Amino acid sequence: MIGEWLSMGKGLLLKKGEPHRLSGSVEAKVHDLTETCSYGRHATSRPLPGPSPAPYLHARTKHEQSCGRPMDEKLSKKLRILADAAKYDASCSSSGAPKRKSDPDGLGSTVGTGICHAYTPDGRCVSLLKILLTNYCLFDCAYCVNRRSSNVKRAKFSVDEVVTLTVEFYKRNYIEGLFLSSGIIRSPDYTMEQMILVAKKLRRDHGFRGYIHLKTIPEASPWLIEEAGLWADRLSINLELPTEKSLEQLAPEKDGASIETAMAQMSERIEEAREERRHFSPAGQTTQMIVGADETTDADVLRKSATLYGHYAMKRVYYSAFSPIPDSSAILPLKSPPLMRENRLYQADWLLRYYGFDVDEIASSAEKGMLDLDVDPKLAWALKNRHRFPVDVNLADREMLLRVPGLGARAVDKIVVARKHTTLRLEDVARLTSGLKRAKPFLITADHHPKARLDKLDLRERLIEKPEQLSLFV
Amino acid sequence: MTIEAPMTLHRIILKTGADLHGFRKAVRWLIAEELAPQHVVFAIDDAPGLFGDETVMDAPPVSIPKGVSRLIEQVVCHGDPERYALLYGLVWRVLNGERDLLEVASDPLVHRIDLMARSVRRDLHKMHAFVRFRRMQGELERFAAWFEPEHFILEAAAPFFVDRFRSMDWTILTPIGSTRWDRHELTFGPPGRREDAPDEDSFEEGWRGYYESVFNPARVNPTAMRAEMPKKYWRNMPETAAIPGLIQTAAQRVERMIEQEATMPTKRTPERAIQAMWDQEPKTLEELNAIIAKAGPLVPGATQAVFGEGPHHAEIVFVGEQPGDQEDLQGRPFVGPAGKLLTKAMREAGIEREQAYLTNAVKHFKFDQRGHRRIHAKPTAGEVKHYRPWLMKELELVRPKLIVALGATAVLALSGKATPITRSRGRAKFGAYEGYITVHPSYLLRLPDEATKQEAYEAFLNDLRRIHDLAQADLNTGELPLAAE
Repeated sequence: MIGEWLSMGKGLLLKKGEPHRLSGSVEAKVHDLTETCSYGRHATSRPLPGPSPAPYLHARTKHEQSCGRPMDEKLSKKLRILADAAKYDASCSSSGAPKRKSDPDGLGSTVGTGICHAYTPDGRCVSLLKILLTNYCLFDCAYCVNRRSSNVKRAKFSVDEVVTLTVEFYKRNYIEGLFLSSGIIRSPDYTMEQMILVAKKLRRDHGFRGYIHLKTIPEASPWLIEEAGLWADRLSINLELPTEKSLEQLAPEKDGASIETAMAQMSERIEEAREERRHFSPAGQTTQMIVGADETTDADVLRKSATLYGHYAMKRVYYSAFSPIPDSSAILPLKSPPLMRENRLYQADWLLRYYGFDVDEIASSAEKGMLDLDVDPKLAWALKNRHRFPVDVNLADREMLLRVPGLGARAVDKIVVARKHTTLRLEDVARLTSGLKRAKPFLITADHHPKARLDKLDLRERLIEKPEQLSLFV
Repeated sequence: MTIEAPMTLHRIILKTGADLHGFRKAVRWLIAEELAPQHVVFAIDDAPGLFGDETVMDAPPVSIPKGVSRLIEQVVCHGDPERYALLYGLVWRVLNGERDLLEVASDPLVHRIDLMARSVRRDLHKMHAFVRFRRMQGELERFAAWFEPEHFILEAAAPFFVDRFRSMDWTILTPIGSTRWDRHELTFGPPGRREDAPDEDSFEEGWRGYYESVFNPARVNPTAMRAEMPKKYWRNMPETAAIPGLIQTAAQRVERMIEQEATMPTKRTPERAIQAMWDQEPKTLEELNAIIAKAGPLVPGATQAVFGEGPHHAEIVFVGEQPGDQEDLQGRPFVGPAGKLLTKAMREAGIEREQAYLTNAVKHFKFDQRGHRRIHAKPTAGEVKHYRPWLMKELELVRPKLIVALGATAVLALSGKATPITRSRGRAKFGAYEGYITVHPSYLLRLPDEATKQEAYEAFLNDLRRIHDLAQADLNTGELPLAAE
């Protein structure tokens, strides 16, 4: 029976009454575990153990009152439809929120980096309950499974249904919080108001302190964007297509200018709120671009990203390789781009943000604007700039070490600290990175010099990764 | 060559699990006795003694770098019986000339201990991620979970669940111990059994349905999934039952999607709905005010929203900062001391208050409570911008000939930029609107001596007279006369 350990007098991990300081914030005291066993299946009929009978054990908390009922079949069906409809949004992260803990009668906390509670067989992380409020939509964006001319099944949640699902899933530790997006019904303002209402109810009625990400509708009135930021940890608007021309062609109701106006409004307000120590989308804003639904080259996609990072202080730009959707539109390409393209874009994106590369450097090592699918973009750059190598691991500055293929930023930091105390040999470097094979031809260590190997014509061929399945989200 | 006497091995006994306390005590004693790692063996208490056990005596604390003690706290949780010996080796070297040893990440011992710490941190993280609570039977809401961690991390993992589920009553059972939070106190107990936890939950089917639905069959990649969610965790996660089926049918589902030709929409194009979709803007001040009222104050405290007041197509709009104490109570703008002064000056300058439209940049009163008094608090730039879209809409609906900014906050709200009044006082342009910048009447009330006050009032009055002329001239000629300059 559950709780049997409470009634057992022997084999306790800690002695009776021994105070025990835990590493976190909680002071735990082991009270007399031998006294009673009154919880578990008999819980309703007997008093609870514990040093002082806490009154709130008997008074139900707010969310118990409203959300105690089990999930019915109708709700399950809606959930399937509206989760399926939301899955093409790549952003999954629950990171960047200020650290919070739950109140005595609230629910939820946030940790800096966020948690992936499960992984689906496509290797993607399940962190937030990612759903649409509804997949009815008046827009007709060709790449979108929910466009009005698609024949997919439709459903609509009520505000309370979303609140219940979020709270009950959260209590079972399935999720970090809610990611709410929606098709446009009635008007952009109406839709946005409904989404804000969900967030408001969670925060106000349930003391919910978990993560909330609201997808912002750029066509909604600016005051609604203002309000959304008060309740959400993160706001995002998907650009979807990198050029105005593609938007015009594939998303007739969307307008690049109004999307960027809304992004600018959010970024300005996020910055001001941070200075004023006020809550407004504290985890910043993100966006997504679909890759492979139009003709845009990788170089142009990355140029757009650099602008988005620079102008609107994006936390992240997500790239979503266009993938076949049920009931697809006739104006879309038949084949999806290789998933590797998406992977290479992410790698290049990281080079822009954390490795001191600029777009032109990456573009110069791309073939006709497209990244090399066989080798990663840093290696591609190094192969075209061999004159800047080899680099001495014991002497080179941090900036140059970051440009060595196979050395990540973490490994470089460790190298810089370790070499103050020791001279690094090849086996030492091997302990600091898993990319030694790629690094070796470009690196000098105390016991290794690549010499002429760096100039060999077949170097690229020898460094090509075997075509294995790759983790897309690292 | 000298023959050394065989060294005695000192055998230290520690408790099962993460015995941080025992290890710390042992280290103090071993260091005090100057016993090098090669003379020490560590054993767990369930192993039979071979050498006769040491009695560890109390010894003074040892000073080690913070990074090392943090590493120890993590690595004692590791399941490897060698962990204590490795850690003692590390401590010994740190205390014997290699104080910065941790900085040498390439050192084989540091590298190995770092890998162990990472494995413990990962296990902790996975426990936080993969524990699945099930609701227990009974009227009161209680939850329990069965979980199998790789290392001895139960106590280290528990605070996370307290922080997150403080209002819930929950128990986590594992093969290495159990823990319960009763909304009040955290307790630890002996190992549990799988059958002690409930074997179902009414939300699990819905959760599994969700999990199945978010999977994209066009991107199937089980290797990446297993790298992050190793199989050993699967049996305690209800959603993983769906995995084999999802992988098996993925290819077929994708093929079907690609083969399927684009279909004609079965529903007619909802032209009227699309037309109506864009008709969302408030059409009247009443509609706009209803939206503002519904949103509530940005900073809590205000009694009500204070809207603009005056004829809907007034020639002049006066924009102030934010309602004050009186305005907040009465629900009307410019009715407090500053408002009265403004009304008086307007009359003297020939502007009828009833003919002008008066409003504020911020629509709610913000204050600091001092005893019984509510002292006005200046709105921040972010707050002003928060209300700005409403103000812009308000002006669009009133369509005045001239907008008067009273004070710096109004200028910020109207132009979007912070500008000092002293330099910008006079005619201005706010977007497409003709504007005029002057001081806020409350500034006049704050001036210390009568003479300055009188002088400032005259200047203010002059501004109002020019404002009056500008609005008049505009009415007659259709353009702004230079004479008003």
